[in-house]
Amino acid sequence: MTVEAGYRVVIGLETHVQLNTASKMFCRTSAAYASAPPNTLVCPVCLGMPGVLPVINAAAVDFTIMTGLALHSEIPPHAKFDRKNYAYPDLMKWYQISQYDLPLCVGGWLEIAANGETRRIRITRVHLEEDTAKLTHVVGDDGQPASLIDVNRSGVPLMEIVTEPDITNAEEAMAYGLKLRNILRWLGVSTANMQDGALRIDANVSVWPIGAEVGNTKVEVKNMNSFRALGQALDYEIERQIGLLERGERLEQETRGWDESDARTVSQRTKEYAHDYRYFPEPDLPPLEITRERVQRLTKRMPELPDAVRQRLVEELGVASADADELIEDRDLAAYTLDVIERHAGPAAEVVTWVLQDVRRLLNARELKSADIPISAASMAELLALRAKGDLSSTMAGTVLEEMFATRKPLEEIVAARGRQISDSDALAEIAREVMAANPQAVADYHAGKDRAVQFLMGQVMRRTRGQANPGKVTELLRAELSRDRGA
Amino acid sequence: MIDREQVVHVAALARLALSEAEIDRMQADLQQILQAFEALNALDVSDVSPTAQVIPLATVERLDETEAPLSRDDVMRNAPRVERDQIRVPAVLPEE
Ligand SMILES: [Zn+2]
Repeated sequence: MTVEAGYRVVIGLETHVQLNTASKMFCRTSAAYASAPPNTLVCPVCLGMPGVLPVINAAAVDFTIMTGLALHSEIPPHAKFDRKNYAYPDLMKWYQISQYDLPLCVGGWLEIAANGETRRIRITRVHLEEDTAKLTHVVGDDGQPASLIDVNRSGVPLMEIVTEPDITNAEEAMAYGLKLRNILRWLGVSTANMQDGALRIDANVSVWPIGAEVGNTKVEVKNMNSFRALGQALDYEIERQIGLLERGERLEQETRGWDESDARTVSQRTKEYAHDYRYFPEPDLPPLEITRERVQRLTKRMPELPDAVRQRLVEELGVASADADELIEDRDLAAYTLDVIERHAGPAAEVVTWVLQDVRRLLNARELKSADIPISAASMAELLALRAKGDLSSTMAGTVLEEMFATRKPLEEIVAARGRQISDSDALAEIAREVMAANPQAVADYHAGKDRAVQFLMGQVMRRTRGQANPGKVTELLRAELSRDRGA
Repeated sequence: MIDREQVVHVAALARLALSEAEIDRMQADLQQILQAFEALNALDVSDVSPTAQVIPLATVERLDETEAPLSRDDVMRNAPRVERDQIRVPAVLPEE
């Protein structure tokens, strides 16, 4: 990114997160809309029929409070819901139930690392609302432009996390988004997948010349459905605004959408009064009392969060910090690894390397999720113990792991069938002598100074032992036998 | 006082096309409604704590459990027009 010197850039982020509750925010309809055919998850409440009454989903409130706790927010004892009014066909009621001035969580911060610096991004608030129906703009059956409405998504719990304008460039915005996504996944409150729309990050970007009065023209940038798009859109928008200022033009307060194919932001030309939402307290929902007991209960329910796990891995368990960083990016893999570490007598770093390399390679090859490792943590620890004892060579352990993934047979059965590593010197020496007797040419080559012949003989020993010979021992014994042979 | 411009603005927000005569009528009606509420300003509320609700209750919440939805036929029953199992409406510009 090249930003001309002399300008100040200030970015605030608004992140919408679909909560993964079973039912919707204000009705008992299933919230699993992603896999449902159009308009099959709809009830009178989420269809906005007259006379229906919303009832708050306690799990959605819990998830929002837990998110607030993870972001160091204050959880006030009183909260309420409000009506946000706007007339657009994605809202079945023509208003959205949201939270205006008494959100569930207030304040807080998220620490990010970007551009080699650690910074705290202040959180303004976290509130709860409902998602809208999905509109598709099409050419209809009669050849006329039309909009089609699928109501399934209407009423899915949507949490909104708003930051203070503390972000100054695209890298920081991406670092914030990635870290937030990871926390949401560790909390288990959302899939937080951007491509599915479960995580949507909008940005308010303000640019002004240093020394001039603080800029108050906010441009809202939307429609970024990947982290890459978020970074590109912000870089583009900052450059665009600086370009306008350089040419002496005025910035316009507007909403712009990121156009992925053209790699630019485009004005969405919303009417100037589009933000006149006429909020008022939701008359169908009395205020929410958030008891201190509830906050305490949720505090106890909080899992260990990625930053804490990272610190424990590095400081207490001696894991390399790059490996720890990699591991905490994947909650399920990290949880599994910690479980194996607890059962493993050897160093934790050994387990981490094994998981990040061998286990993850197999997961990728088989397109499995980290949550679906087909081997219990106990078996994995046993496999590592066999390797540590020398009963299995590293190569053999890898082969056994692969077979466990492929066949899902128990460890003992596979090891019994394949045999353990042969480290017994007498047995291996005998095999070495047999191999030498059967390959006089290789022995002669060795004596003629071709050291590579040892590799050939080694291969023959491995073949005879079906790969079970301890490779270090075999090399050592072969060299001893060969020099004895020369002496003879 | 509510002026004519405010009536036009609120009507536009609600996507209502009002005739000149209707604007006049709504201005008078809204004026009357606002006046009725202004009567509240005369009350001394210095010892009443602020509230967003007149019902002296805290809300209730429900467990996160699902119930069967409506059939799609029922969902579509009031739709002006149905296409591809969805409610078809005149084309609107993408917004929000
Ligand atoms: Zn419903």
